[in-house]
Amino acid sequence: MLDFTTITTAIDQYLHSVMPAPAATLTECAIVAICAIAAYLVFAIVMIFMERKVCAAFQCRLGPTRVGFWGILQVFADVFKMLIKEIIEIKRSDHILYNLAPFLVVMSSLITFCCLPFAQGLQVLDFNIGVFFIMAASSFGILGILLAGWSSNNKFSMIGAMRSGGQMISYELSVGLSILTLVVLSGTMQISEIVEIQTQGWFIVRGHIPAIIAFIIYIIAGNAETNRAPFDLPEAESELTAGFHTEYSGMGFGLFYVAEFMNMFIIAGIASALFLGGWAPLYIPGLESFNNAMCWIPGIVWFLGKTFFVIWLLMWIRWTFPRMRIDQVLVLEWKYLVPIGLLNLLIMTICVVMGWTL
Amino acid sequence: MEITFIEIKEFRQTMLVKRGEGFDFLREMVGMDWEKEGLGAIYILENSITREGVELAVRTTDREKPQIPTVSDIWYIAELYEREVFDFYGIEFTGHPDMRRLYLRNDWVGYPLRKDYDPSEAINPVRLESETKEEVHREYEIEEDRHLAEMVEKLKILHYDQYVINIGPQHPATHGVLRFRLALEGEEVRKVDIHCGYIHRGIEKLCESRTYPQTLAFTDRLDYLSAHQNRHALCMCIEKAMGLEVTDRVQYIRTIMDELQRIDSHLLMFSCLAMDMGAITSFIYGFREREKVLDIMEEVTGGRLIQNYNIIGGVQADITPGFASKVKEYCNDQKKRLKEYYDVFVNNVIFRNRAIGVGVLTLEDAISFGATGGTGRASGWACDVRKRHPYALYDKVEFKEILHTGGDSYCRLLVRLEEIVESIGIIEQLIDNIPEGDYKTKTKPIIKLPEGRFYAAVEGSRGEFGVFIESHGDKMPYRLKFRPMGVPLIAAAQKIMKGCKIADLITIGASLDYVIPDIDR
Repeated sequence: MLDFTTITTAIDQYLHSVMPAPAATLTECAIVAICAIAAYLVFAIVMIFMERKVCAAFQCRLGPTRVGFWGILQVFADVFKMLIKEIIEIKRSDHILYNLAPFLVVMSSLITFCCLPFAQGLQVLDFNIGVFFIMAASSFGILGILLAGWSSNNKFSMIGAMRSGGQMISYELSVGLSILTLVVLSGTMQISEIVEIQTQGWFIVRGHIPAIIAFIIYIIAGNAETNRAPFDLPEAESELTAGFHTEYSGMGFGLFYVAEFMNMFIIAGIASALFLGGWAPLYIPGLESFNNAMCWIPGIVWFLGKTFFVIWLLMWIRWTFPRMRIDQVLVLEWKYLVPIGLLNLLIMTICVVMGWTL
Repeated sequence: MEITFIEIKEFRQTMLVKRGEGFDFLREMVGMDWEKEGLGAIYILENSITREGVELAVRTTDREKPQIPTVSDIWYIAELYEREVFDFYGIEFTGHPDMRRLYLRNDWVGYPLRKDYDPSEAINPVRLESETKEEVHREYEIEEDRHLAEMVEKLKILHYDQYVINIGPQHPATHGVLRFRLALEGEEVRKVDIHCGYIHRGIEKLCESRTYPQTLAFTDRLDYLSAHQNRHALCMCIEKAMGLEVTDRVQYIRTIMDELQRIDSHLLMFSCLAMDMGAITSFIYGFREREKVLDIMEEVTGGRLIQNYNIIGGVQADITPGFASKVKEYCNDQKKRLKEYYDVFVNNVIFRNRAIGVGVLTLEDAISFGATGGTGRASGWACDVRKRHPYALYDKVEFKEILHTGGDSYCRLLVRLEEIVESIGIIEQLIDNIPEGDYKTKTKPIIKLPEGRFYAAVEGSRGEFGVFIESHGDKMPYRLKFRPMGVPLIAAAQKIMKGCKIADLITIGASLDYVIPDIDR
């Protein structure tokens, strides 16, 4: 399987040979930043298009068909429209916080995005506490949402922001617990190592029952983290018009929108990295020729394939279920998911200690 | 219709006695201006069990400061009806807890439905500034002689220290331009104050200066989701007054079209409820089938939403040749599709949790509010006009009146979905046997109704739709009043929305299924 470290080391060596070390590091940082932002936007565009087509399929429609072949240019047209829209200044809003909020949200999701293991060696941030870092980075997106609601001087936004505060902070817990279950199984917090271990079998198979429970909890909680139906209360359009981003226009709204989609990508990416083996190909013990054949498929295809499968699952949920009520959302979390998650963590620990994993 | 006039001094006592006799349903309240004989109101009462009716009226000759005792404590719905009468006729109801205008602006000068009203623009120019908010109830306290009273200012409607938000007039979930002012405590709704009139067009006033055939054009602008039934009611009322019998063919066509319209409306109600809960796929599913109904209607009547099909003495044009086969094809398809709705939405655990036990309207309240239609039947009130006072062919076809007893949002949806099945059943009984004959009866070019008062009601898509005509023998009605289906629903909403969450407020509103142009007229 292709290891991207060879490519990155080659670039690193080349840069060091043509310029002094600090300049080389700086250049590398710039290249990485540009690549990460470009990838971020490309995935956002792909997902917005995918959402339209998937939703259309669920609703017996065709989706966009007119702009470009199969409607492929529709998203670009939308982005262009968003860019040329006027950015409206709200009277008596807190201008600094109001303008800062969308950037906080995007920043949080961009940093988390950089932690995803796209393929072997193709990962921007890889600490020994990677999982912990992901949790920390993704949770300060809530701050942006709260600030957006608070600073827009709009009562609807305020309600939306308070809802999202309550909801996202609660569900952070379940996400953390289910990830912790997997950390217990893998014995490491470094994302690259977690994926490396899974080349000998994906965790959802190796951890069997507790891993599957953790996966389900993770999908539910992750869905809530991304503010998508059935947990889209912070921006429930039929109740709060648009919730915390009611007062945003043009790219301010655009950034929230992109961040929402990318958060979904990140949730799906983490799910695929932790549960479904990330870039690790399908491995069935005993079938060596099959495993070798699977290794011929590049890691990035495996990763994106799994990620988009999970995204498709999330979209299926989003386009099927009605919205919950805020008290029901919190009841689901605190009375069901958290106790089950804690119990599941215990089961997983016992399984690992007794060696009952596959 | 025979009306008994009651002396104003004995009015409240008589009304209390009538209520005690079991007349628990205030079917309709019509404000009247009889010029020399004074201002007053007509009350059409009905016993919800024996279905026997009585029509009472009261009037006062004082035009400067007309006062009538309130009945809003006897029938809850009278609270809004009396505000409407106050708005249009300036009759102050003594003892009424909240005597504000219902439709017009607070700074409106004069009472538009009075016969001596001056419509000149100098008095009521187009005002460009915002309406001043009235934060106080005005109440008229009843004094010893029970009909004269002084205005006192009572407690504020909403306090400034409450977290007040406006749901509407431009809000995606009010299904039109209705405005709820809510006092919130966290997510909980403490008080609901409903403002109507954003789409008030004064249709009843307009009708007074139109000939009878001209008045027909207004009906489908009321509740656009029961355009057929509305027009049917008005035609029926005029035909009843003229003593005109329509042919069997017309009755068949009218009944079938009414039922198609009902299916259309119920599908929309299902879809919008789903939409308000965020289940957009279910919304599209409902609209997919509704589209087919609209296609059939378009073919027959030429209109998809606003339909001008019924005319006095018949229908505008004969049905198209392929009508029967298309309707049958649609009916078969719809029956299969209904299962999908249950699978994807109605039996969904999230929906059930959000709807069962939410916004419960008790049977007594439903009757007192006069909340007819699916809402009343979900509370267990057999209020279907098709059964109570059969018209057209409803006494000849077999159908079940769907009754549920829960009274919550869930039952309200179930009633609608089950009624779709019943409507399909009715259509299937009729569609193959449409008799030959004229599709309209010839009428005189100028239609004059004999002197008298006439009331006809049909079962609209969301309740009893009634038409009251007082004729003085002219070619134009002296007074034409439509019984709105929506006003009782929002009156009930005001009560059952109290104490629920914002999210539930939206679903309750959607499940009550009101249509704003019908409330505002």
